[in-house]
Amino acid sequence: MTSLVVNAPFVAVAALACVGLYIMVTQRDLIKIVMGVTILESAVNLFLVSLGYRNEGAAPGFTHASGTHMVLPVPQALTLTSIVIGVATTALMLTLVILIYRHTGETDAEKSRRVKG
Amino acid sequence: MMSVIVRTIARLATPPILVFGLYVIMHGHVTVGGGFQGGAVFASATALVLVAFGSERVRRYITVSGLTLVSCAGAVLFALLGFGGMCKTFFYNFLVGSPLFGHIPEYGPAHEDIWTGGVIAPMNIGVALNVIASLSAIMLTMAVVSRKTGDGE
Amino acid sequence: MARKLFAAITLVVVAVMLFVVAVVMRPFGEPPSVMDDYIIQNTQEVTGANSAVAAVVFDWRGYDTLGEATVLFTAFTGVALLLRGLKDGSA
Repeated sequence: MTSLVVNAPFVAVAALACVGLYIMVTQRDLIKIVMGVTILESAVNLFLVSLGYRNEGAAPGFTHASGTHMVLPVPQALTLTSIVIGVATTALMLTLVILIYRHTGETDAEKSRRVKG
Repeated sequence: MMSVIVRTIARLATPPILVFGLYVIMHGHVTVGGGFQGGAVFASATALVLVAFGSERVRRYITVSGLTLVSCAGAVLFALLGFGGMCKTFFYNFLVGSPLFGHIPEYGPAHEDIWTGGVIAPMNIGVALNVIASLSAIMLTMAVVSRKTGDGE
Repeated sequence: MARKLFAAITLVVVAVMLFVVAVVMRPFGEPPSVMDDYIIQNTQEVTGANSAVAAVVFDWRGYDTLGEATVLFTAFTGVALLLRGLKDGSA
């Protein structure tokens, strides 16, 4: 049972994920729902990077390094891929919001449920 | 189209942004950076020009077809470098030990040497072309669609 | 009204689960690292690069980067295809 102060990055990830989920569930405007998805993706990226930290470790590169006690490099590579996929998802979601606004004239998620034609 | 002050500052600030983006791309295998990070810095110059000058003026010089060509060229270069090491497996690093990008450093801290890395350095350029063209084309298409007519241009 | 109650209960349950897991997890700063120790020892002689992160992204796990280039290209194609027939100007 580790304490709250030692595991502070993981508690921050849990707080960010709760904020993102709350926005996605309770808001009604379409752009705010897209913002909630982006906040949840940021929480997951922070979790991936903070899993690979070693105590008193340096940056994982050998140029002008001060030793070979380094942070793990594999979670940083996975986070790069995750960020780019988040950008692609956000671009396609915003395109769908533009199309819904042109078709129905509303940006409210409750009022634009009937898609005709 | 924004005021004179915003346009002048955009003209002054764009070349340093482009040079810094190229620096981050080219030093990917020596220090922090690489294709994705440098491509995002480079594409932020496109965002600055689009906001300051309006999409109507930018659309005459940068077309979506040209950006599609650049993006495809980057992805094809990346795949061809993967096929280059086909003598052993797909994605084999065939440039380690050869005179082009082929120095092998010993284990431990090293001084900076740009001729290391093998096939990683040309792959950085291919990925950077792909990222620059994709992000710029997404921003240009959304700006053209959501333009208001009669904006006082 | 029942929908709002169901949403509130679900949010509270998920928040409690996340916070309990964040406190009970293994301590921050001591990860198991058998694969990463091998990668740090052998990067400079197998790939010849001076940066471990660039070598992991392009050489030790190059297939993931190939898939990511494809995803970015598909996103750009999808946006250009969906917004093709729209006239300019807001509604």
